[in-house]
Amino acid sequence: MSGHSTYVPGTAFERWLEKRLPIISLVHDSFVSFPTPKNLNYFWTFGAILSAMLGWQILTGMVLAMHYAANDAVAFASVEHIMRDVNYGWLLRYGHANGASFFFIAVYIHIFRGLYFGSYKEPREVLWILGMIIFLLMMATGFMGYVLPWGQMSFWGATVITNLFSAIPLVGSSIVTWLWGGFSVGDPTLNRFFSLHYLLPFMIAGVVILHVWALHVVGQNNPAGIEPKSTEDTVPFTPYATSKDVFATVVFFVIFAWFIFYVPNYTGDPDNYIEANPLATPAHIEPEWYFLPFYAILRSIPDKLGGVLCMFGAIAVLFVLPWLDTSKVRSATYRPLYRQFFWILVIVSVGLGWLGAQPPEGGYVIASRLFTAYYFIHFLVILPLLGLIETPKPLPTSISEAVLAKNGHQPAHT
Amino acid sequence: MATTTHDTPEPSRRDFLTIATIATGAVGVGSLAWPFIDQMEPDASALALSSIEVDISQIQPGQIVTVKWRGKPVFIRNRTDKEMAELKNTPPGDMKDPQPDSARVKKGHENLLVVVGVCTHLGCIPLGHSGSFDGWFCPCHGSVYDASGRIRKGPAPLNLAVPEYAFLNDKTIKIG
Ligand code: HEM
Ligand code: FES
Repeated sequence: MSGHSTYVPGTAFERWLEKRLPIISLVHDSFVSFPTPKNLNYFWTFGAILSAMLGWQILTGMVLAMHYAANDAVAFASVEHIMRDVNYGWLLRYGHANGASFFFIAVYIHIFRGLYFGSYKEPREVLWILGMIIFLLMMATGFMGYVLPWGQMSFWGATVITNLFSAIPLVGSSIVTWLWGGFSVGDPTLNRFFSLHYLLPFMIAGVVILHVWALHVVGQNNPAGIEPKSTEDTVPFTPYATSKDVFATVVFFVIFAWFIFYVPNYTGDPDNYIEANPLATPAHIEPEWYFLPFYAILRSIPDKLGGVLCMFGAIAVLFVLPWLDTSKVRSATYRPLYRQFFWILVIVSVGLGWLGAQPPEGGYVIASRLFTAYYFIHFLVILPLLGLIETPKPLPTSISEAVLAKNGHQPAHT
Repeated sequence: MATTTHDTPEPSRRDFLTIATIATGAVGVGSLAWPFIDQMEPDASALALSSIEVDISQIQPGQIVTVKWRGKPVFIRNRTDKEMAELKNTPPGDMKDPQPDSARVKKGHENLLVVVGVCTHLGCIPLGHSGSFDGWFCPCHGSVYDASGRIRKGPAPLNLAVPEYAFLNDKTIKIG
């Protein structure tokens, strides 16, 4: 954090550079000597996993762009060309398409980690909001990327999602025409989406730098949710956090590789292997799995504008979460009631995801409405009230004490 | 302020320069922003495609023909006398977007309905001759339209749009 750097330039070159651009000491202070709470569990490795995924998406995306053509006449064929003709094209495309899914798996775990351990609370509000901006940018990037292969789902997904803006009173349909660059989704739309799909990941990278900066100003939260009090409570980032991060990232990529090599189309929709046809909508359209909870919320409201507002509202409540949760205690470990509501929220969110893939009829609609209502009640009613009525368990006086309380009654060595 | 040497708060040369610079810069940025926004609007080639002529003489009663206009389907439906009678007998009063059938067709060609085949909910293409009103049914989120293209059930807020069109002669219409 603040204070003097512990970095000692070793060589004459390092001393020379340090006077001109203190970049080595910046990296040293941020990723080597940076004090990390010593009780971090594996849920804290997802930041590193997410950074690796962003790097992977940029790397595979950049080479896909060398073979892809953003033109409605040839886009679909160019993706098939990547799959069949380009050397290792299948690997690059499957790596990129599944990469998006794994990126979202990691970000959802990362977000729910924050919800469980209260990582959004004072003084980490800005850190949390920067994370939410990254999440929004990721959604925009994933959505536009999915349009590029120009299959039926690409086309109709793009149509339905851009049409959300037509719900805006008065100017809605002019906005949609402007987004399309025409009177329907077409070649101009594909072209601009490609341009933005290339740009946004670099904007994500920029916001990630701000996110990590904010993290290093306020320090990491930890499973006990209390601030480190002394150097007893922390360990240096390297080697402790680095090795754990690298290990978790490798495990994550092994699972990811299993998907790429054995079930590469598992998360995809077969309809997207049919070329876009502006004159026929597939019988059942649904977005990629990572958008399904929001899609379920959209469909559960019988009014067009209302549905769109609720869908965006579902993300908006996350932005103001630091001010909705009135409890000062961060970690759910010490919040007996919140802990239960947290798991209900997990079930409701996954349930909404499942409902988003069901046809919009009968019992599914009723269930979607109940789950949507609960989602908002959790954030707007339960969280504010819980802080007032819940009696938290006594907090440990320090991270060291929390660690000992957890492991102390067991033999120290096995 | 920079005017400490004066007793009165007279605007100084520096104040003038500050305001003039900001004003010129703001006008420049503001007017440059417009081309960057406007380039995304439909371009001249998209607008050039914006009208088509269709021969309607071959459309049989009961038949729906789909033509492509501005990248979207347009449904041209030659409605049967039975359908016409049914439409006459349903007052539009309690519809979501109340409109009499007569306001959706051209005088003298009441049988012929021309509508943009895009669901007013989120833009899917409804299926013809289906749904409980024998009009159209949208498979995406279940909107139901009648044989006049009016919304009768489901989340769509508006009737299927009637595009701008005109009869050039008895056999041909021009859409757009
Ligand atoms: C945040 C990072 C990114 C995400 C979440 C993402 C997501 C996606 C998704 C979901 C697809 C559709 C895959 C399919 O079904 O075929 C796609 C396609 C594509 N992306 Fe990305 N992308 C990212 C970064 C990039 C970058 C940085 C580039 C370019 C430098 C890029 C270039 C492409 C290209 C050319 C395609 C079309 C080929 C294809 O469909 O496989 N992507 N992207
Ligand atoms: S797009 Fe037709 S019902 Fe939603």
